[in-house]
Amino acid sequence: MRIIVQAWRQYDRNSEGNFESYPVDNVSEDMSFFEMLDMLNNQLLKDGKDPISFDHDCREGICGTCGIMINGRAHGPLKGVTTCQLHMRSFKDGDTLVIEPWRARAFPVIRDLVVDRSGFDRVMEAGGYVSVSTGGVPDANVIPILKDDADSAFDAAACIGCGACVAACKNSSAMLFVGAKVSQYALLPQGQVERKSRVKNMVGQMDVEGFGNCTNTSACEVECPKEISVENIARLNREFVKASF
Amino acid sequence: MILNSKIPEGPVSQKWNNHKFSMKLVNPANKRKYDIIVVGSGLAGGSAAATLAELGYNVKAFSYHESPRRAHSIAAQGGINAAKNYPNDGDSIYRLFYDTVKGGDYRAREANVYRLAEVSNNIIDQCVAQGVPFAREYGGLLDNRSFGGAQVSRTFYARGQTGQQLLLGVYSALVRQMNTGKVQFFPRHDMLDIVKVDGKARGVVTRNLETGEITSHSAHAVILATGGYGNVFFLSTNAMASNVTASWRAHKQGACFANPCFTQIHPTCIPVSSDHQSKLTLMSESLRNDGRVWVPKKAGDDRNPNNIPDEERDYYLERLYPSFGNLVPRDVASRRAKEMCDKGHGVGPTKLAVYLDFADVIHRNGKDWVSEKYGNLFDMYRQITGENPYETPMKIYPAVHYTMGGLWVDYNLMSTVPGLHVLGEANFSDHGANRLGASALMQGLADGYFIIPYTIGDYLAQGGLKEVRTSDDTFQHAERLVKESLEKMLAIKGSKTVDDIHKELGKVMWEYVGMARNKEGLEKALELIPKLKDDFWKNVLIPGGINEYNPELEKASRLADFLELGELMARDALHREESCGGHFREEFQTEENEAKRNDEDFTYAAAWEYNGGDGNPLLHKEELKFDEVSLTTRSYK
Repeated sequence: MRIIVQAWRQYDRNSEGNFESYPVDNVSEDMSFFEMLDMLNNQLLKDGKDPISFDHDCREGICGTCGIMINGRAHGPLKGVTTCQLHMRSFKDGDTLVIEPWRARAFPVIRDLVVDRSGFDRVMEAGGYVSVSTGGVPDANVIPILKDDADSAFDAAACIGCGACVAACKNSSAMLFVGAKVSQYALLPQGQVERKSRVKNMVGQMDVEGFGNCTNTSACEVECPKEISVENIARLNREFVKASF
Repeated sequence: MILNSKIPEGPVSQKWNNHKFSMKLVNPANKRKYDIIVVGSGLAGGSAAATLAELGYNVKAFSYHESPRRAHSIAAQGGINAAKNYPNDGDSIYRLFYDTVKGGDYRAREANVYRLAEVSNNIIDQCVAQGVPFAREYGGLLDNRSFGGAQVSRTFYARGQTGQQLLLGVYSALVRQMNTGKVQFFPRHDMLDIVKVDGKARGVVTRNLETGEITSHSAHAVILATGGYGNVFFLSTNAMASNVTASWRAHKQGACFANPCFTQIHPTCIPVSSDHQSKLTLMSESLRNDGRVWVPKKAGDDRNPNNIPDEERDYYLERLYPSFGNLVPRDVASRRAKEMCDKGHGVGPTKLAVYLDFADVIHRNGKDWVSEKYGNLFDMYRQITGENPYETPMKIYPAVHYTMGGLWVDYNLMSTVPGLHVLGEANFSDHGANRLGASALMQGLADGYFIIPYTIGDYLAQGGLKEVRTSDDTFQHAERLVKESLEKMLAIKGSKTVDDIHKELGKVMWEYVGMARNKEGLEKALELIPKLKDDFWKNVLIPGGINEYNPELEKASRLADFLELGELMARDALHREESCGGHFREEFQTEENEAKRNDEDFTYAAAWEYNGGDGNPLLHKEELKFDEVSLTTRSYK
């Protein structure tokens, strides 16, 4: 099939970007979306043009490196799927795909579709951990954990940090990302000691980075490739309030 | 060069304990005087960087990723082994040690494997304390499951995402140290060379992948934890950016490369669908617990699998291995699948696939039961292939997954370059010729959390490390060489893209240095690979310049190293005239087509020393002594 790719092209952080259109022929259904871009890039290279830069690595939906807005949807049209797991059978002959980077003040564009998400790392640095050093910890089975709590903590911990929540949110809020990490630790006994300082520090850093606030549209949950629930945002709010008084 | 493995004296169970006591220490106040460079932020590198910083060292950590959390350890699915014996089923440190040595087909170093088993339990304790959400029973205690190559349940897991959760645990420890300033993290930095002063590793040269800036960094010791080299085959289960560059550049600076031909081919991957394929996806080994592997008895039979009656199917694993059936180890299952396809029984459009059929278990236990157990894998399969595995059998084929070979290290995890330490998949030490499932995560964390923090202190405390600065000639010279090499590549402006050449290399490697190897094929590979290398240096097309974000340049620089590594792999495979684990030489097999080891001549690790790169690397042998485990033939009949 033939696909028209309309891609955001931007040289670096300081340049202005624009859309450019590229027809791609001989796209097969079995190709992944990125394999279609690989094919386009190989052709661009041979034509003496610059290939379209995009972030990607594991191509199996777990590393969180990839993330493209496709026709206005973070990670494309499917639910619970990262861009790298999207296949061309989800599109049809003649379709135009408008592809853009994540758009958020806290995620500056580095080149084309590649953005700088180091703000997420700094939010994690502010408190996304349990302060235990290597060695001197108790036996793993000393503290039993209710299976329901362990499972809920896991559901929150499944976040891959891709940033789709921020990109999907009209406020560019990172509260699903932060809520997921705060929830994981709030639900586990290991996270109790630093429960209050963690949530305050992480929320504080989130604001410093320029992420917006949550106005409960739940767009983040809809677009999250790991289907992280907005319950985690509710828990984040509760934790923050409890920690503040 | 004489290889000194520095295995401590004493019985195997006492070696590590004795060694910990006899090693020199750096006193707490002095640790802050030492800088350590860690390259790689996966389980091994991340855990090492965090732990060394906790101890008080100044750590500079480098990754080509944008964040430490992107490292490929994240993609591990199944689990992590430990000898906790929580299920009370007879496990012990000794049994984990024994299974790992046997699973590696007796080509690993006993003392290292024992130590690995010994610290395995500490790893689980550490991860739980960090808040890693392992699977639990209703009573609140940790759950275990069984895995290939073991008769006990010793695998801890976090659904099908154990690697992700362990890496996020490591990442949490690392960001905590980044926050204190004890770890300085350099994202999007490619390590392109090591710098030696007085023969000792004292720094690295890196390229900032966003700006293209080439700089050097100095330290008192360097740690590489840069993963495996499966992407030499182009198609593998590795992430796209996984590469051998850090290891290979170290190799060219004097670090011996051991057993490069030991690669693991995983039997259950989604088959290649077309030439456009960019990577392969693993379907967890656990599927072989309930799926049945078969091909049509009649070669070339292209009927819909559901229309092929049972008596016209060949359940070849069950036929050949009645006692282990579909659960034979990875190397055996992979080889047999290839054999069936070679004989014309392959299925699907490419005829390079066999069926993995769940009809029986769905009939026996119902669709819901299967869905609860394997739902996420079935969904992933459907997402990629567009076929519904509940209704039609999965098509699977083996793919390159893990590399047991790597830089040679002694018991202290130090390479043949003093001061250069190598951890995780990047070293060769623990898995011999075949790695057991759920052991890679264990090794990465053992090396980083519990071994290097001790052994590097011993190295630093020996002293003799003079002050160095990156403004010194040695560093400036190293920077210049890196720059020149990249400029040379960029100037070629030929007609073939990096991917074009990498795909050609992959085809040669898979055809001649893949699942089954023979003398003729390996000699052919040794003719073809240098030609491809020439082709690369004459015809590669790289756009743009050095001082900018340039992913094609990154890829080209990695491919240049893969082209050299590929040749060494073929040479190593050619010299090892036996079959063992993942290395199957067709000339050396039993009457039943099983791997035939030659213990008399090949019970050694083959460590290759770089010698100018014109096809004459020097072979050094580390004889492997088995005092504890006696060498026997693996049988799964």
